[in-house]
Amino acid sequence: MSDKVFLGHVGIGRPVEGIALVASDNFSARYDLDLVRGIFSRPSHALAGRSYVDTVLVLNAAKGGVATAWMLREMVARGLAPRALLLNFANPIMAQGAAFAGLPLIDRFKTDITVALSTGLRVAVDPPAGLVRVISEGERP
Amino acid sequence: MKLTDDEKALLDGSGGPIRAWAMEHLLDVGQFFDAEDLVPVSQAHVMADTEALGASGVAWLEALAAAAPEDRRVTIPTVTDPRGADLAEYGRLKQDEAFVDLERRTIAAFRALGVLMADTCINYQTIMAPVFGEHVAFGDTGSAIYANSVCGARTNYEGGPSAIASALTGRAPRYGFHLAERRRGSLRVHVAERPRSLSDWGVLGGIVGRRMGSYWQVPVLTGIDGTPTSDELKHFGAALASYGSTALYHMVGVTPEAPTAERAFGGPQPSPELVVDLAAIEDFYAGYRPADDRLDLVVFAAPQLSLHELSALARLLEGSRIHDNVALIVCTSPELKAGARRMGILEVLEKAGALLLEGVCFYQMHARQIGVANGWKRLLTNSAKLTNIIGGYGYEPVLAPMEACVRSALAGRVVE
Repeated sequence: MSDKVFLGHVGIGRPVEGIALVASDNFSARYDLDLVRGIFSRPSHALAGRSYVDTVLVLNAAKGGVATAWMLREMVARGLAPRALLLNFANPIMAQGAAFAGLPLIDRFKTDITVALSTGLRVAVDPPAGLVRVISEGERP
Repeated sequence: MKLTDDEKALLDGSGGPIRAWAMEHLLDVGQFFDAEDLVPVSQAHVMADTEALGASGVAWLEALAAAAPEDRRVTIPTVTDPRGADLAEYGRLKQDEAFVDLERRTIAAFRALGVLMADTCINYQTIMAPVFGEHVAFGDTGSAIYANSVCGARTNYEGGPSAIASALTGRAPRYGFHLAERRRGSLRVHVAERPRSLSDWGVLGGIVGRRMGSYWQVPVLTGIDGTPTSDELKHFGAALASYGSTALYHMVGVTPEAPTAERAFGGPQPSPELVVDLAAIEDFYAGYRPADDRLDLVVFAAPQLSLHELSALARLLEGSRIHDNVALIVCTSPELKAGARRMGILEVLEKAGALLLEGVCFYQMHARQIGVANGWKRLLTNSAKLTNIIGGYGYEPVLAPMEACVRSALAGRVVE
Protein backbone atom coordinates (compact mmCIF):
# COMPACT_ATOMS: atom_id res chain seq x y z
CA MET A 1 0.00 0.00 0.00
CA SER A 2 1.44 3.37 -0.97
CA ASP A 3 1.25 6.33 1.39
CA LYS A 4 1.31 8.90 -1.39
CA VAL A 5 -1.87 10.95 -1.06
CA PHE A 6 -2.60 14.24 -2.81
CA LEU A 7 -5.24 16.65 -1.57
CA GLY A 8 -7.30 18.84 -3.85
CA HIS A 9 -10.64 20.62 -3.63
CA VAL A 10 -13.75 18.53 -3.09
CA GLY A 11 -14.67 17.31 -6.55
CA ILE A 12 -17.51 15.92 -8.59
CA GLY A 13 -18.56 12.30 -9.08
CA ARG A 14 -17.99 8.98 -7.37
CA PRO A 15 -14.71 7.29 -6.32
CA VAL A 16 -12.88 5.28 -9.00
CA GLU A 17 -9.52 3.64 -9.59
CA GLY A 18 -7.44 3.58 -12.73
CA ILE A 19 -4.10 4.00 -14.46
CA ALA A 20 -2.83 7.57 -14.74
CA LEU A 21 -2.06 9.20 -18.08
CA VAL A 22 -0.16 12.39 -17.28
CA ALA A 23 1.13 15.42 -19.19
CA SER A 24 1.95 19.01 -18.33
CA ASP A 25 -0.38 20.21 -21.04
CA ASN A 26 -3.91 21.58 -21.02
CA PHE A 27 -7.25 20.10 -21.97
CA SER A 28 -10.27 20.73 -24.17
CA ALA A 29 -12.38 17.88 -25.51
CA ARG A 30 -13.17 19.71 -28.76
CA TYR A 31 -9.72 21.09 -29.45
CA ASP A 32 -7.65 18.10 -28.43
CA LEU A 33 -9.55 14.86 -28.96
CA ASP A 34 -10.77 12.59 -31.71
CA LEU A 35 -13.93 11.39 -29.99
CA VAL A 36 -14.52 8.59 -32.49
CA ARG A 37 -11.08 7.00 -32.14
CA GLY A 38 -10.63 7.89 -28.48
CA ILE A 39 -7.23 9.51 -28.95
CA PHE A 40 -5.61 12.92 -28.59
CA SER A 41 -5.69 14.34 -32.11
CA ARG A 42 -4.30 17.85 -31.74
CA PRO A 43 -0.82 17.57 -33.27
CA SER A 44 0.79 19.96 -30.82
CA HIS A 45 -0.63 18.29 -27.71
CA ALA A 46 1.83 16.47 -25.47
CA LEU A 47 -0.37 13.35 -25.66
CA ALA A 48 -0.97 13.46 -29.45
CA GLY A 49 -1.81 10.00 -30.72
CA ARG A 50 -2.32 8.52 -27.22
CA SER A 51 -5.59 6.88 -26.17
CA TYR A 52 -7.30 8.49 -23.19
CA VAL A 53 -9.98 5.81 -22.89
CA ASP A 54 -10.32 4.31 -19.38
CA THR A 55 -7.39 6.32 -18.04
CA VAL A 56 -7.24 8.66 -15.09
CA LEU A 57 -6.36 11.66 -17.18
CA VAL A 58 -4.04 14.11 -15.43
CA LEU A 59 -3.43 17.49 -17.07
CA ASN A 60 -2.74 21.07 -16.12
CA ALA A 61 -5.68 23.37 -16.91
CA ALA A 62 -8.95 23.38 -18.76
CA LYS A 63 -8.59 25.38 -21.96
CA GLY A 64 -10.58 26.04 -25.09
CA GLY A 65 -14.28 26.47 -25.57
CA VAL A 66 -17.56 25.35 -24.10
CA ALA A 67 -18.19 22.12 -26.07
CA THR A 68 -16.60 19.98 -23.36
CA ALA A 69 -19.69 20.61 -21.23
CA TRP A 70 -21.64 18.37 -23.63
CA MET A 71 -18.85 16.16 -24.92
CA LEU A 72 -17.88 14.47 -21.67
CA ARG A 73 -21.35 12.92 -21.45
CA GLU A 74 -21.21 11.74 -25.05
CA MET A 75 -17.76 10.24 -24.41
CA VAL A 76 -19.19 8.31 -21.45
CA ALA A 77 -22.20 7.20 -23.50
CA ARG A 78 -19.92 5.83 -26.23
CA GLY A 79 -17.68 4.06 -23.75
CA LEU A 80 -14.77 6.22 -24.90
CA ALA A 81 -14.17 8.34 -21.84
CA PRO A 82 -11.44 8.58 -19.23
CA ARG A 83 -12.37 7.13 -15.84
CA ALA A 84 -11.60 10.41 -14.11
CA LEU A 85 -10.08 13.82 -14.72
CA LEU A 86 -7.47 15.39 -12.46
CA LEU A 87 -6.50 18.97 -13.26
CA ASN A 88 -4.53 21.67 -11.54
CA PHE A 89 -7.23 24.11 -12.62
CA ALA A 90 -10.65 23.20 -13.95
CA ASN A 91 -12.77 25.92 -15.47
CA PRO A 92 -16.57 26.16 -15.24
CA ILE A 93 -16.99 24.17 -18.45
CA MET A 94 -15.03 21.21 -17.14
CA ALA A 95 -17.01 21.22 -13.89
CA GLN A 96 -20.33 21.55 -15.72
CA GLY A 97 -19.40 18.78 -18.12
CA ALA A 98 -18.26 16.47 -15.32
CA ALA A 99 -21.46 17.10 -13.39
CA PHE A 100 -23.58 16.50 -16.50
CA ALA A 101 -21.68 13.33 -17.41
CA GLY A 102 -21.20 11.94 -13.91
CA LEU A 103 -17.47 11.87 -14.64
CA PRO A 104 -15.21 12.09 -11.57
CA LEU A 105 -13.23 15.35 -11.43
CA ILE A 106 -10.85 16.87 -8.86
CA ASP A 107 -8.81 20.06 -9.23
CA ARG A 108 -6.95 22.69 -7.15
CA PHE A 109 -4.40 20.31 -5.64
CA LYS A 110 -1.92 21.59 -3.09
CA THR A 111 0.87 20.50 -5.42
CA ASP A 112 1.25 20.43 -9.20
CA ILE A 113 -0.60 17.19 -9.85
CA THR A 114 1.02 16.77 -13.28
CA VAL A 115 4.39 16.58 -11.52
CA ALA A 116 3.23 14.60 -8.49
CA LEU A 117 1.83 11.78 -10.62
CA SER A 118 3.32 10.00 -13.58
CA THR A 119 1.91 7.90 -16.37
CA GLY A 120 1.38 4.28 -15.45
CA LEU A 121 0.70 4.76 -11.74
CA ARG A 122 -2.44 3.08 -10.47
CA VAL A 123 -4.41 5.65 -8.46
CA ALA A 124 -7.60 5.85 -6.42
CA VAL A 125 -9.61 8.99 -7.05
CA ASP A 126 -12.04 10.10 -4.32
CA PRO A 127 -13.91 13.25 -5.42
CA PRO A 128 -16.13 13.58 -2.32
CA ALA A 129 -12.95 13.79 -0.23
CA GLY A 130 -10.91 15.65 -2.83
CA LEU A 131 -8.19 13.00 -2.54
CA VAL A 132 -6.00 11.03 -4.90
CA ARG A 133 -4.04 8.06 -3.53
CA VAL A 134 -1.29 6.19 -5.35
CA ILE A 135 -2.09 2.47 -5.10
CA SER A 136 0.84 0.96 -6.97
CA GLU A 137 3.29 1.51 -9.76
CA GLY A 138 0.70 -0.04 -12.09
CA GLU A 139 1.46 -0.63 -15.72
CA ARG A 140 4.16 1.47 -17.28
CA PRO A 141 3.37 2.40 -20.89
CA MET B 1 -25.42 26.95 -0.61
CA LYS B 2 -28.07 29.34 0.64
CA LEU B 3 -31.31 29.06 -1.30
CA THR B 4 -34.42 31.21 -1.25
CA ASP B 5 -37.77 29.60 -0.51
CA ASP B 6 -38.61 29.69 -4.23
CA GLU B 7 -35.32 28.01 -5.12
CA LYS B 8 -35.84 25.34 -2.47
CA ALA B 9 -39.28 24.68 -3.88
CA LEU B 10 -37.87 24.28 -7.40
CA LEU B 11 -35.26 21.89 -6.08
CA ASP B 12 -38.03 19.92 -4.38
CA GLY B 13 -39.95 19.58 -7.62
CA SER B 14 -42.56 22.33 -7.41
CA GLY B 15 -41.71 23.36 -10.97
CA GLY B 16 -41.58 19.81 -12.29
CA PRO B 17 -38.76 17.31 -12.63
CA ILE B 18 -36.86 19.23 -15.30
CA ARG B 19 -36.52 22.36 -13.20
CA ALA B 20 -35.57 20.18 -10.24
CA TRP B 21 -32.76 18.68 -12.35
CA ALA B 22 -31.73 22.19 -13.37
CA MET B 23 -31.47 23.26 -9.74
CA GLU B 24 -29.46 20.16 -8.84
CA HIS B 25 -27.06 20.84 -11.69
CA LEU B 26 -26.58 24.47 -10.70
CA LEU B 27 -25.89 23.38 -7.12
CA ASP B 28 -23.39 20.72 -8.22
CA VAL B 29 -21.40 23.31 -10.12
CA GLY B 30 -21.85 26.02 -7.48
CA GLN B 31 -20.60 23.76 -4.69
CA PHE B 32 -17.57 22.76 -6.77
CA PHE B 33 -16.63 26.46 -6.95
CA ASP B 34 -17.70 27.36 -3.39
CA ALA B 35 -20.59 29.57 -4.48
CA GLU B 36 -22.58 30.88 -1.52
CA ASP B 37 -25.85 31.25 -3.37
CA LEU B 38 -27.50 31.66 -6.77
CA VAL B 39 -27.81 34.92 -8.67
CA PRO B 40 -30.80 35.85 -10.86
CA VAL B 41 -29.84 36.02 -14.54
CA SER B 42 -31.78 37.91 -17.20
CA GLN B 43 -30.87 36.09 -20.43
CA ALA B 44 -29.19 32.88 -21.56
CA HIS B 45 -27.18 31.87 -24.62
CA VAL B 46 -26.95 28.14 -25.30
CA MET B 47 -24.14 26.40 -27.19
CA ALA B 48 -25.50 23.10 -28.48
CA ASP B 49 -24.19 22.13 -31.88
CA THR B 50 -24.75 18.47 -32.58
CA GLU B 51 -21.09 17.53 -32.74
CA ALA B 52 -20.84 18.63 -29.13
CA LEU B 53 -24.19 17.15 -28.15
CA GLY B 54 -23.70 13.80 -29.80
CA ALA B 55 -26.56 11.33 -29.98
CA SER B 56 -26.81 11.18 -26.19
CA GLY B 57 -27.14 14.95 -25.88
CA VAL B 58 -29.82 15.11 -28.55
CA ALA B 59 -31.79 12.34 -26.82
CA TRP B 60 -31.44 14.20 -23.51
CA LEU B 61 -32.81 17.40 -25.08
CA GLU B 62 -35.70 15.46 -26.59
CA ALA B 63 -36.53 14.06 -23.17
CA LEU B 64 -36.78 17.62 -21.85
CA ALA B 65 -38.94 18.57 -24.81
CA ALA B 66 -41.33 15.70 -24.11
CA ALA B 67 -42.31 17.15 -20.73
CA ALA B 68 -45.53 19.08 -20.20
CA PRO B 69 -45.38 22.63 -21.60
CA GLU B 70 -45.61 24.24 -18.15
CA ASP B 71 -42.64 22.15 -17.00
CA ARG B 72 -40.34 22.62 -19.95
CA ARG B 73 -40.55 26.25 -21.06
CA VAL B 74 -37.56 28.50 -20.38
CA THR B 75 -38.24 31.37 -17.97
CA ILE B 76 -35.85 34.00 -19.36
CA PRO B 77 -35.03 35.11 -22.94
CA THR B 78 -32.82 32.35 -24.33
CA VAL B 79 -31.05 32.15 -27.69
CA THR B 80 -28.82 29.61 -29.42
CA ASP B 81 -25.19 29.63 -30.49
CA PRO B 82 -24.39 28.47 -34.08
CA ARG B 83 -25.85 25.17 -35.22
CA GLY B 84 -23.96 22.32 -36.83
CA ALA B 85 -25.59 22.53 -40.27
CA ASP B 86 -27.06 25.15 -42.57
CA LEU B 87 -30.16 23.27 -43.65
CA ALA B 88 -30.25 25.09 -47.00
CA GLU B 89 -26.62 24.46 -47.94
CA TYR B 90 -25.38 21.32 -46.20
CA GLY B 91 -25.50 19.27 -49.40
CA ARG B 92 -22.88 21.50 -51.02
CA LEU B 93 -20.58 20.72 -48.12
CA LYS B 94 -21.21 16.97 -48.38
CA GLN B 95 -22.30 16.87 -44.76
CA ASP B 96 -23.39 13.49 -43.54
CA GLU B 97 -27.18 13.19 -43.56
CA ALA B 98 -27.08 11.51 -40.15
CA PHE B 99 -25.56 14.65 -38.62
CA VAL B 100 -28.15 16.83 -40.31
CA ASP B 101 -30.92 14.65 -38.93
CA LEU B 102 -29.51 15.23 -35.44
CA GLU B 103 -29.68 18.97 -36.16
CA ARG B 104 -33.33 18.78 -37.15
CA ARG B 105 -34.19 16.86 -33.98
CA THR B 106 -32.24 19.36 -31.87
CA ILE B 107 -34.01 22.33 -33.41
CA ALA B 108 -37.41 20.73 -32.74
CA ALA B 109 -36.46 20.09 -29.13
CA PHE B 110 -35.22 23.63 -28.55
CA ARG B 111 -38.38 25.09 -30.04
CA ALA B 112 -40.45 22.98 -27.66
CA LEU B 113 -38.46 24.47 -24.78
CA GLY B 114 -39.20 28.00 -26.01
CA VAL B 115 -35.61 28.70 -26.98
CA LEU B 116 -35.19 31.26 -29.78
CA MET B 117 -33.09 29.87 -32.61
CA ALA B 118 -30.81 32.87 -33.13
CA ASP B 119 -27.96 30.52 -34.08
CA THR B 120 -25.28 33.09 -33.50
CA CYS B 121 -22.11 33.53 -31.47
CA ILE B 122 -22.29 37.30 -31.93
CA ASN B 123 -25.57 37.78 -30.09
CA TYR B 124 -23.99 40.87 -28.51
CA GLN B 125 -23.82 42.43 -32.00
CA THR B 126 -26.97 41.02 -33.56
CA ILE B 127 -29.59 40.19 -30.90
CA MET B 128 -29.27 42.06 -27.60
CA ALA B 129 -26.07 43.15 -25.92
CA PRO B 130 -26.20 42.91 -22.12
CA VAL B 131 -25.72 46.11 -20.14
CA PHE B 132 -23.28 47.08 -17.41
CA GLY B 133 -23.76 45.02 -14.27
CA GLU B 134 -26.35 42.68 -15.82
CA HIS B 135 -25.98 39.06 -14.70
CA VAL B 136 -26.39 36.67 -17.65
CA ALA B 137 -25.64 33.04 -18.55
CA PHE B 138 -23.74 33.10 -21.83
CA GLY B 139 -22.54 29.90 -23.42
CA ASP B 140 -20.04 30.78 -26.08
CA THR B 141 -16.57 31.78 -24.93
CA GLY B 142 -16.52 34.69 -27.37
CA SER B 143 -19.90 36.01 -26.30
CA ALA B 144 -19.05 35.54 -22.61
CA ILE B 145 -15.75 37.43 -22.81
CA TYR B 146 -17.37 40.25 -24.81
CA ALA B 147 -20.27 40.52 -22.35
CA ASN B 148 -17.94 40.57 -19.34
CA SER B 149 -15.22 42.80 -20.72
CA VAL B 150 -16.77 45.19 -23.25
CA CYS B 151 -20.28 45.43 -21.81
CA GLY B 152 -19.36 45.10 -18.14
CA ALA B 153 -22.02 42.42 -17.71
CA ARG B 154 -21.38 39.41 -15.48
CA THR B 155 -21.20 35.80 -16.57
CA ASN B 156 -19.08 32.69 -16.31
CA TYR B 157 -18.67 30.34 -19.22
CA GLU B 158 -21.98 28.52 -19.21
CA GLY B 159 -21.78 25.40 -21.34
CA GLY B 160 -24.94 24.01 -22.92
CA PRO B 161 -26.36 22.03 -19.98
CA SER B 162 -25.68 24.84 -17.52
CA ALA B 163 -27.07 27.54 -19.80
CA ILE B 164 -30.22 25.43 -20.18
CA ALA B 165 -30.38 25.01 -16.40
CA SER B 166 -30.14 28.78 -16.05
CA ALA B 167 -32.77 29.29 -18.75
CA LEU B 168 -35.17 26.95 -16.90
CA THR B 169 -34.65 28.58 -13.50
CA GLY B 170 -33.50 32.14 -14.17
CA ARG B 171 -30.52 31.47 -11.89
CA ALA B 172 -26.78 30.82 -12.04
CA PRO B 173 -24.34 29.91 -9.27
CA ARG B 174 -22.79 33.09 -7.87
CA TYR B 175 -19.04 32.48 -8.19
CA GLY B 176 -16.25 33.57 -10.50
CA PHE B 177 -17.04 36.60 -12.63
CA HIS B 178 -20.40 37.25 -10.98
CA LEU B 179 -18.33 38.49 -8.01
CA ALA B 180 -16.68 41.93 -7.98
CA GLU B 181 -13.54 40.65 -6.25
CA ARG B 182 -12.95 38.06 -9.01
CA ARG B 183 -13.10 40.75 -11.69
CA ARG B 184 -9.97 42.63 -10.65
CA GLY B 185 -6.97 42.46 -12.96
CA SER B 186 -4.32 39.87 -12.14
CA LEU B 187 -1.56 40.61 -14.63
CA ARG B 188 -0.61 43.44 -16.93
CA VAL B 189 0.05 43.20 -20.66
CA HIS B 190 1.47 46.24 -22.41
CA VAL B 191 0.62 46.65 -26.09
CA ALA B 192 3.50 48.57 -27.63
CA GLU B 193 1.99 48.92 -31.11
CA ARG B 194 -1.63 48.92 -32.13
CA PRO B 195 -2.78 45.88 -34.13
CA ARG B 196 -3.33 46.74 -37.81
CA SER B 197 -6.12 44.40 -38.87
CA LEU B 198 -8.84 42.17 -37.47
CA SER B 199 -6.52 39.20 -37.69
CA ASP B 200 -3.84 41.18 -35.81
CA TRP B 201 -6.36 41.74 -33.04
CA GLY B 202 -6.98 38.01 -33.00
CA VAL B 203 -3.24 37.40 -32.86
CA LEU B 204 -2.95 39.76 -29.89
CA GLY B 205 -5.67 37.72 -28.20
CA GLY B 206 -3.80 34.53 -29.01
CA ILE B 207 -0.52 35.83 -27.61
CA VAL B 208 -2.14 36.97 -24.37
CA GLY B 209 -4.21 33.79 -24.17
CA ARG B 210 -1.16 31.56 -24.41
CA ARG B 211 0.21 33.39 -21.35
CA MET B 212 -2.87 32.74 -19.23
CA GLY B 213 -2.43 30.04 -16.62
CA SER B 214 -6.09 29.42 -15.93
CA TYR B 215 -9.65 30.66 -16.33
CA TRP B 216 -9.31 32.76 -13.18
CA GLN B 217 -6.63 35.11 -14.48
CA VAL B 218 -7.78 38.53 -15.68
CA PRO B 219 -5.36 40.31 -18.01
CA VAL B 220 -5.26 44.10 -18.08
CA LEU B 221 -4.04 45.62 -21.33
CA THR B 222 -2.33 48.97 -21.30
CA GLY B 223 -1.03 51.06 -24.17
CA ILE B 224 -3.90 50.65 -26.63
CA ASP B 225 -3.81 53.77 -28.74
CA GLY B 226 -7.32 54.73 -29.82
CA THR B 227 -10.63 53.02 -29.17
CA PRO B 228 -10.99 49.70 -30.97
CA THR B 229 -14.16 48.83 -32.88
CA SER B 230 -16.64 46.17 -31.85
CA ASP B 231 -15.28 43.85 -34.57
CA GLU B 232 -11.70 44.36 -33.40
CA LEU B 233 -12.63 43.55 -29.82
CA LYS B 234 -14.68 40.61 -31.10
CA HIS B 235 -11.63 39.03 -32.76
CA PHE B 236 -9.39 39.91 -29.82
CA GLY B 237 -11.74 38.47 -27.23
CA ALA B 238 -12.62 35.34 -29.20
CA ALA B 239 -8.95 34.46 -29.62
CA LEU B 240 -8.06 35.33 -26.02
CA ALA B 241 -10.91 33.12 -24.81
CA SER B 242 -9.90 30.30 -27.14
CA TYR B 243 -6.18 30.25 -26.39
CA GLY B 244 -6.50 31.20 -22.76
CA SER B 245 -9.85 29.95 -21.50
CA THR B 246 -10.14 33.57 -20.43
CA ALA B 247 -13.56 35.05 -19.71
CA LEU B 248 -12.70 38.62 -18.73
CA TYR B 249 -10.10 41.21 -19.63
CA HIS B 250 -9.78 44.90 -19.03
CA MET B 251 -8.39 47.37 -21.54
CA VAL B 252 -7.39 50.61 -19.89
CA GLY B 253 -9.24 53.59 -21.29
CA VAL B 254 -11.51 51.34 -23.34
CA THR B 255 -13.53 48.87 -21.28
CA PRO B 256 -15.94 50.09 -18.59
CA GLU B 257 -14.22 48.65 -15.52
CA ALA B 258 -10.85 50.07 -16.52
CA PRO B 259 -11.08 53.87 -16.73
CA THR B 260 -7.59 53.71 -15.21
CA ALA B 261 -5.14 50.87 -14.61
CA GLU B 262 -5.50 51.40 -10.87
CA ARG B 263 -9.26 50.86 -11.07
CA ALA B 264 -8.77 47.72 -13.14
CA PHE B 265 -6.33 46.25 -10.60
CA GLY B 266 -8.04 47.63 -7.52
CA GLY B 267 -4.72 49.19 -6.55
CA PRO B 268 -1.38 50.20 -8.03
CA GLN B 269 -0.68 48.73 -11.44
CA PRO B 270 2.13 46.17 -11.58
CA SER B 271 4.91 46.13 -14.14
CA PRO B 272 3.95 44.40 -17.37
CA GLU B 273 4.50 40.64 -17.43
CA LEU B 274 4.22 40.69 -21.20
CA VAL B 275 4.92 43.33 -23.85
CA VAL B 276 3.41 42.76 -27.28
CA ASP B 277 4.81 44.58 -30.28
CA LEU B 278 4.48 44.04 -34.03
CA ALA B 279 7.44 41.65 -34.02
CA ALA B 280 5.58 39.42 -31.56
CA ILE B 281 2.52 39.57 -33.78
CA GLU B 282 4.57 38.61 -36.84
CA ASP B 283 6.13 35.72 -34.91
CA PHE B 284 2.67 34.42 -34.11
CA TYR B 285 1.70 34.44 -37.80
CA ALA B 286 4.96 32.71 -38.62
CA GLY B 287 3.97 29.85 -36.35
CA TYR B 288 1.20 29.04 -38.81
CA ARG B 289 3.25 29.61 -41.97
CA PRO B 290 2.89 26.65 -44.36
CA ALA B 291 5.74 24.64 -45.84
CA ASP B 292 4.39 25.20 -49.37
CA ASP B 293 1.72 27.28 -51.09
CA ARG B 294 -0.90 24.54 -51.51
CA LEU B 295 -4.42 25.72 -50.63
CA ASP B 296 -7.75 23.89 -50.36
CA LEU B 297 -10.05 26.13 -48.42
CA VAL B 298 -10.44 29.71 -47.21
CA VAL B 299 -12.73 30.28 -44.23
CA PHE B 300 -14.07 33.46 -42.71
CA ALA B 301 -15.74 32.50 -39.44
CA ALA B 302 -15.12 32.06 -35.70
CA PRO B 303 -16.61 34.44 -34.82
CA GLN B 304 -19.42 34.82 -37.34
CA LEU B 305 -18.95 37.87 -39.51
CA SER B 306 -20.64 41.18 -38.78
CA LEU B 307 -22.37 43.12 -41.50
CA HIS B 308 -19.33 45.37 -41.79
CA GLU B 309 -17.00 42.38 -42.22
CA LEU B 310 -19.31 40.95 -44.89
CA SER B 311 -19.31 44.29 -46.65
CA ALA B 312 -15.51 44.54 -46.51
CA LEU B 313 -15.17 41.03 -47.91
CA ALA B 314 -17.57 41.82 -50.73
CA ARG B 315 -15.55 44.89 -51.67
CA LEU B 316 -12.41 42.75 -51.90
CA LEU B 317 -14.13 40.11 -54.03
CA GLU B 318 -16.25 42.33 -56.25
CA GLY B 319 -15.68 41.61 -59.94
CA SER B 320 -13.32 38.71 -59.23
CA ARG B 321 -13.71 34.94 -59.27
CA ILE B 322 -12.34 32.48 -56.73
CA HIS B 323 -9.95 29.92 -58.19
CA ASP B 324 -11.60 26.63 -59.19
CA ASN B 325 -9.34 24.61 -56.90
CA VAL B 326 -10.27 26.52 -53.78
CA ALA B 327 -13.48 26.77 -51.75
CA LEU B 328 -14.32 29.96 -49.87
CA ILE B 329 -16.74 29.65 -46.96
CA VAL B 330 -18.17 32.52 -44.94
CA CYS B 331 -20.30 32.11 -41.80
CA THR B 332 -22.71 34.63 -40.35
CA SER B 333 -25.97 34.78 -38.44
CA PRO B 334 -29.35 34.22 -40.15
CA GLU B 335 -30.34 37.86 -39.58
CA LEU B 336 -27.15 39.17 -41.14
CA LYS B 337 -27.38 36.86 -44.13
CA ALA B 338 -30.87 38.24 -44.75
CA GLY B 339 -29.44 41.73 -44.41
CA ALA B 340 -26.58 40.91 -46.75
CA ARG B 341 -29.10 39.68 -49.32
CA ARG B 342 -31.19 42.82 -49.01
CA MET B 343 -28.15 45.08 -49.34
CA GLY B 344 -26.64 43.35 -52.36
CA ILE B 345 -23.66 41.94 -50.47
CA LEU B 346 -24.74 38.33 -50.89
CA GLU B 347 -24.98 38.70 -54.68
CA VAL B 348 -21.39 39.97 -54.86
CA LEU B 349 -20.12 37.12 -52.71
CA GLU B 350 -21.98 34.47 -54.69
CA LYS B 351 -20.87 35.87 -58.06
CA ALA B 352 -17.30 35.56 -56.85
CA GLY B 353 -17.91 31.93 -55.94
CA ALA B 354 -18.07 32.31 -52.15
CA LEU B 355 -20.52 30.27 -50.08
CA LEU B 356 -22.22 32.32 -47.36
CA LEU B 357 -23.61 30.04 -44.66
CA GLU B 358 -26.09 31.18 -42.03
CA GLY B 359 -26.47 30.12 -38.43
CA VAL B 360 -23.32 28.00 -38.33
CA CYS B 361 -19.63 28.28 -37.61
CA PHE B 362 -17.08 26.26 -39.51
CA TYR B 363 -15.55 24.30 -36.64
CA GLN B 364 -18.99 23.45 -35.27
CA MET B 365 -20.11 21.76 -38.51
CA HIS B 366 -18.57 18.32 -38.01
CA ALA B 367 -15.41 19.77 -39.50
CA ARG B 368 -13.54 16.47 -39.59
CA GLN B 369 -16.24 14.77 -41.67
CA ILE B 370 -16.60 17.56 -44.23
CA GLY B 371 -12.84 17.90 -44.48
CA VAL B 372 -12.50 14.25 -45.44
CA ALA B 373 -15.54 14.35 -47.74
CA ASN B 374 -14.22 17.35 -49.67
CA GLY B 375 -10.51 16.59 -49.55
CA TRP B 376 -9.79 19.75 -47.54
CA LYS B 377 -6.53 19.87 -45.62
CA ARG B 378 -4.86 23.26 -45.99
CA LEU B 379 -7.16 25.89 -44.50
CA LEU B 380 -6.46 29.63 -44.68
CA THR B 381 -8.32 32.02 -42.41
CA ASN B 382 -8.10 35.44 -40.80
CA SER B 383 -9.42 34.00 -37.53
CA ALA B 384 -6.81 33.31 -34.88
CA LYS B 385 -9.48 31.44 -32.94
CA LEU B 386 -10.10 29.07 -35.84
CA THR B 387 -6.40 28.37 -36.30
CA ASN B 388 -6.28 27.33 -32.64
CA ILE B 389 -9.16 24.89 -32.99
CA ILE B 390 -9.02 23.38 -36.41
CA GLY B 391 -5.68 21.58 -36.25
CA GLY B 392 -7.24 18.94 -34.02
CA TYR B 393 -9.72 18.18 -36.81
CA GLY B 394 -7.00 17.19 -39.25
CA TYR B 395 -6.55 20.52 -41.05
CA GLU B 396 -3.35 22.49 -41.60
CA PRO B 397 -4.32 26.03 -40.56
CA VAL B 398 -2.68 29.11 -42.02
CA LEU B 399 -3.38 32.57 -40.59
CA ALA B 400 -3.38 35.80 -42.60
CA PRO B 401 -5.29 39.09 -42.81
CA MET B 402 -8.52 39.14 -44.80
CA GLU B 403 -6.89 40.82 -47.80
CA ALA B 404 -4.21 38.13 -48.10
CA CYS B 405 -6.84 35.42 -47.68
CA VAL B 406 -8.79 36.87 -50.60
CA ARG B 407 -5.68 37.20 -52.77
CA SER B 408 -4.90 33.56 -52.05
CA ALA B 409 -8.45 32.44 -52.82
CA LEU B 410 -8.24 34.17 -56.20
CA ALA B 411 -4.76 32.82 -56.95
CA GLY B 412 -5.57 29.26 -55.86
CA ARG B 413 -2.52 29.11 -53.62
CA VAL B 414 -1.24 30.75 -50.46
CA VAL B 415 0.22 34.14 -51.37
CA GLU B 416 1.39 37.02 -49.16
